[in-house]
Amino acid sequence: MRVPILRLGRVLLTSLPADLTDQQVMDLQIDALALIQAGKADGLVIDITAADVVDSYMARILSETAKMVKIMGGVAVLAGMQPAVALTLVEMGRGMIDMETAFDLEGGVAKVGRMVASRGGRHDEVPAA
Amino acid sequence: MTKSRPPDRDGPEPEVSGTATCAVVDIRGQDDILRARQASRAAAAAIGFGTVDQTRLATVVSELTRNTLTYAGGGACRVLTRVTAHERSIVIEVEDQGPGIADITGAMTRGYSTGGGLGLGLAAVHKLMDDMTIETRPGRTLVRTGMTRRR
Repeated sequence: MRVPILRLGRVLLTSLPADLTDQQVMDLQIDALALIQAGKADGLVIDITAADVVDSYMARILSETAKMVKIMGGVAVLAGMQPAVALTLVEMGRGMIDMETAFDLEGGVAKVGRMVASRGGRHDEVPAA
Repeated sequence: MTKSRPPDRDGPEPEVSGTATCAVVDIRGQDDILRARQASRAAAAAIGFGTVDQTRLATVVSELTRNTLTYAGGGACRVLTRVTAHERSIVIEVEDQGPGIADITGAMTRGYSTGGGLGLGLAAVHKLMDDMTIETRPGRTLVRTGMTRRR
């Protein structure tokens, strides 16, 4: 089953289930990038409140997804990481997660909003001369 | 305080057990990674390991079973627990009949990968656990890693 992606205004929201296969993480990346490419959104918030394991594979796919969104012109934020998951990722080594983060979904949406506003969304009018 | 056994029973004291195999999970597909992860977490919780240690263990099992799926097409994951009067420990064994790890030193090095990943897996396992040994040759690889806590 694919992880559902919701749209709230210009932001895509997704919440990862506790147990996620490698294929589901990869499908999520493809689906989110397709929606951004189609002009449906400028940002993506990935909520991982339910995830009790983030291993090196998942960390890599999430970080790469964020980089892809960024070079396409959007922003991506990871939200809601459990303390034990954060501790494990830090112990595993430097740079396991290389993306913007927020405490929770609300903070993630706010952060995406601020980041898009500071750089200008894709539909901003070119200021008149 | 030591609990005395009912006189009508033979066998080991249940509170202070020897090594017990808690779970054996065949690794054939991605779903089996999740199954092995859940089994290790449950085994750790059953002998009183805290949330952080459970998370470390589940993460380690995830790394090792994925390796076995990626490089050997599958294998088996065993979760063993041991509780003594002074400590409790959990051992994860992941075994496969794959080609073996040609370059152990390389495989243990951060950033080394022959499987398209970042090469963080085995190095990460080593950091999260108390000990780790790898026996490998073409046709059989066994990674054994353990975590021990005082009671």
